[in-house]
Amino acid sequence: MIEKIFAIVVQVALVLLLSPLVTGFNRAFKARVQTRRGPSLIQPYWDLYKLLRKGMVIPETASWIFTATPFVLFVTTLLASLLIPTVSASAPMSLFGGVLAVVYLLALGRFFLALGGLDTGGSFGGLGSSREMTISAIAEPALMLAVFTVAIGAGSTNLSTVAQSALGQSWRFLAPSQMLAFAALFIVLIAETGRIPVDNPATHLELTMIHEAMILEYSGPYLALIEWAAAIKQLVLMTILVNVFFPFGLATDWSAGAVLFSLVLFIAKLLLLSVVVAVVEVSNAKMRLFRVPELLAIGFVLGALALVSTFLFQG
Amino acid sequence: MWPICELYSAGLLVYAVAALAGLAAHFRKKNAAWVAAWLCCASLIAAALEFCASAGTLLAGAEFNWTLDSGIPFVHYGVRLDPLSAFFNLGLSLLAGCVAVYSVGYLKHGVAQQRPGLFCCFFNLMLLALTLVFTASNIVFFLIAWELVVVTSYFLVVTDHESVEARQGGSLYMLMSRGGTGMLYIGFLLLGTVAGSMEFQALHGVGARLSPGLGAAAFLLLFFGFGVKAGIIPLHIWLPAAHPVAPSNVSALMSGIVIKTGIYGMARVFFDFYPDLPVWAGMLVLLAGVISALLGVLYALMEHDLKRLLAYHSIENIGIILMGFGSALLFRSFGHPQLAALALVAGLFHTLNHGIFKCLLFLGAGSVMQGAGTRNMEQMGGLIRRMPWTALFFLIGAIAISGLPPLNGFVSEWFTYQGLLAGFGATATLTRIAFPIAGALLALTAALAAACFVKAFGIAFLALPRSQNAERASEAPLSMKTGMAGLALACVVLGLGATWFVPIFASITQQAFGVQITGQLVAGSGLLLTAGSVHNGSVSPLVLALALVALGVVPLALWFALGRRSKRTAGPAWDCGLPGLTSANEYTATAFSKPLRMIFGAIFRPRREIQAEFDVSPYYPKAIHFESEIEPTFETHFYQPLWEGFLALTARMRKIQTGSIHAYLAYIFVTLILLLLFGVRG
Repeated sequence: MIEKIFAIVVQVALVLLLSPLVTGFNRAFKARVQTRRGPSLIQPYWDLYKLLRKGMVIPETASWIFTATPFVLFVTTLLASLLIPTVSASAPMSLFGGVLAVVYLLALGRFFLALGGLDTGGSFGGLGSSREMTISAIAEPALMLAVFTVAIGAGSTNLSTVAQSALGQSWRFLAPSQMLAFAALFIVLIAETGRIPVDNPATHLELTMIHEAMILEYSGPYLALIEWAAAIKQLVLMTILVNVFFPFGLATDWSAGAVLFSLVLFIAKLLLLSVVVAVVEVSNAKMRLFRVPELLAIGFVLGALALVSTFLFQG
Repeated sequence: MWPICELYSAGLLVYAVAALAGLAAHFRKKNAAWVAAWLCCASLIAAALEFCASAGTLLAGAEFNWTLDSGIPFVHYGVRLDPLSAFFNLGLSLLAGCVAVYSVGYLKHGVAQQRPGLFCCFFNLMLLALTLVFTASNIVFFLIAWELVVVTSYFLVVTDHESVEARQGGSLYMLMSRGGTGMLYIGFLLLGTVAGSMEFQALHGVGARLSPGLGAAAFLLLFFGFGVKAGIIPLHIWLPAAHPVAPSNVSALMSGIVIKTGIYGMARVFFDFYPDLPVWAGMLVLLAGVISALLGVLYALMEHDLKRLLAYHSIENIGIILMGFGSALLFRSFGHPQLAALALVAGLFHTLNHGIFKCLLFLGAGSVMQGAGTRNMEQMGGLIRRMPWTALFFLIGAIAISGLPPLNGFVSEWFTYQGLLAGFGATATLTRIAFPIAGALLALTAALAAACFVKAFGIAFLALPRSQNAERASEAPLSMKTGMAGLALACVVLGLGATWFVPIFASITQQAFGVQITGQLVAGSGLLLTAGSVHNGSVSPLVLALALVALGVVPLALWFALGRRSKRTAGPAWDCGLPGLTSANEYTATAFSKPLRMIFGAIFRPRREIQAEFDVSPYYPKAIHFESEIEPTFETHFYQPLWEGFLALTARMRKIQTGSIHAYLAYIFVTLILLLLFGVRG
């Protein structure tokens, strides 16, 4: 019991500390590719620190939903991160909810975030909420098909079990079904974390933004919680990608050497994926909103093909 | 040992007495409102009695049987409380109790107020009839109770009979129900003839004795016959017409439990009367489920009439239930009773859950309509301030129906997903691909449902009031809040306490497939729900909920460490530099669903018309008139031609309808002779 609680505390600390770093790395790397100097690697930490200490303005039109939203979003996202294996092959709480619980916990956070956007009464909040719910809805089938392919391969929806079964067969990611599922999940990652070509996290141009429009009225500590939750969500999705498909080096015991090796490898894998995301971002232009369904349809087709190839090659 | 028989009969008796008292109060006309309030209490008592009887049956696993001979061959007034009946009766009595409490306050206003005695008479009569539908043990008695439900609910739907919309909705409901019941008659007669008996007990497993052709015909007739009541697409058109026009407490029961009589009928036929069905039958049910779920939620997204929106969501959820039933049928034909039991548990659990949250949402919509005086979401807004309790209960219902953790909707959808996932390993044929695809479409459905309820709650309850009525809205009285609170509590309890609830399905799966899977569905000393085994996947809504609360420490600690001294000021929201934010700046329900309307344009075929009035230049319009609608596909392309064909047929039939009594006597005489000849020859 004590060990479990210890593992939970460690994972919470790891996720809280690591998530802004991934965001910061992504920004810094993108800036380098675009031959800008860009912000420092640890800028997101400073941003959060600054926001947490700032005062905030609450819209007069807002109700308690507006206040509850940052907390609900932060807590649900953090809980989702406890259900996935990060450094150790067994996630601290994976018994209490598998990949379906992860997807639906993120959905609960999104539900409140969209309500928070509508609560202010301004046009932008509603605009962002509408687009966010639309894009997440059409991303869902692709996400689920990819997830199902992985779950069927491992015979379980429990992410620790999935990672452990993949750990036994290190070259499994070369199977066509796994590669297709990876591609589908990658598209979902781009859409769900609001990256170019779906959304642009750097823009505050009113008509092009999605996520930023929803949180336009948030400021100070509430904004910090929302930004941090967004970083954690990105970490959650990226961790699923790297640890489910490429689980090399995940620690199976608690010896210092294994954990340290696994931690280094985990961060390296995350940064590598982050590089890929950044390359996609700098080499594409943002799509029109109504082109996004086509991209996600590709994700759905890839997911369906992944399933079919599971059927064909695994009997 | 529970006195099940006594509790059950006492419940029926109280319903019947309350119905008669309502009729008496209507004709005495004195103190009708006062009597109505007491009659609602009587319904509550009856519901409580029935609840205890059903719970006792499920817990003890005991059956109770009781028959009264009517003197007519094949007809017995027989009732039987077996686990399946008891489960549906449990749901019915839970909803009936909460709606009865709600009705005490609800009947003081609105259309039902004009004839409260009569309303209570039909209300109790409908509850009586529903109880009988779920417990009848004889085909003829079942159909009598079935018809009684149709008639009583028709009268309740047209309570506001002075409105054309209500009359039309009621008529459509009646017409569709007649068609469905017609199919049921033939289907049941086919089964009854082969069994040589009209008793449900004699019909157990009768499907195996039918020839394949007849068996398929009876299956199709019964599936579509019950499907009309359940509202599967394309037989759904009566739901969005009849549910919104009824008083809200009636809509709550209609959506919560009346349409579930169709689900009960299917469960009875699929898993009791048919010991096995071919693969195509299971595929048909699964397909009907997927189509109903997806199209139901898509049509719901386009509605801005709050009650029509909820009616379309009933279609969606019936689809989710049928996904569970369909996969259960498929697993049974593939020879996996364990998996079939898992899928059946998913379907039945979702039946109960949908009843609860849909009932809650309709009651919430009723409070909103009384408070704000409109069904149109575009004229609500800001109600969370004026109706805080209604808003809270509606939000709980919205989270539950969107399938979000840790409430009950999540648990039953989780079981449905697990059933579909397990389906991939259930067979080696290409059929296995259908399961994950259905699962992905279920995910799409659930995500769209979440979008739809963000719209419904966000537009109706949040931001600024969009009309003067919404500005003046007032909170519902205590009785209405209590009724809603009961259902909201049930959503929470069934979600968090699912592990304690799931074992009641043991006797039902035992009856249907001869396996008790519920022992495997609960693990980890009652904390975990599993998909057959912990290895396959497990979830614990209770632990997730506790963890959510516990993790609240993190933001609070951050707050105390850093943000404690930060100032909170209230200020205006960004209004784009215009002078002040008004409700005209707000996003509307139509705008909210616009991206989805465009993305799924092939299904909706949207049409819009914009007319700008201007004085001098078209760039400076004085007023803009905007109209947008979607094509009601099934109504125009399926029912319209059907209706026209029907009218053409009746025009021809008119030739033999001369209006002369002699002609009619001749027709009767000829028919009689023919029948006699047929009888002699046979």
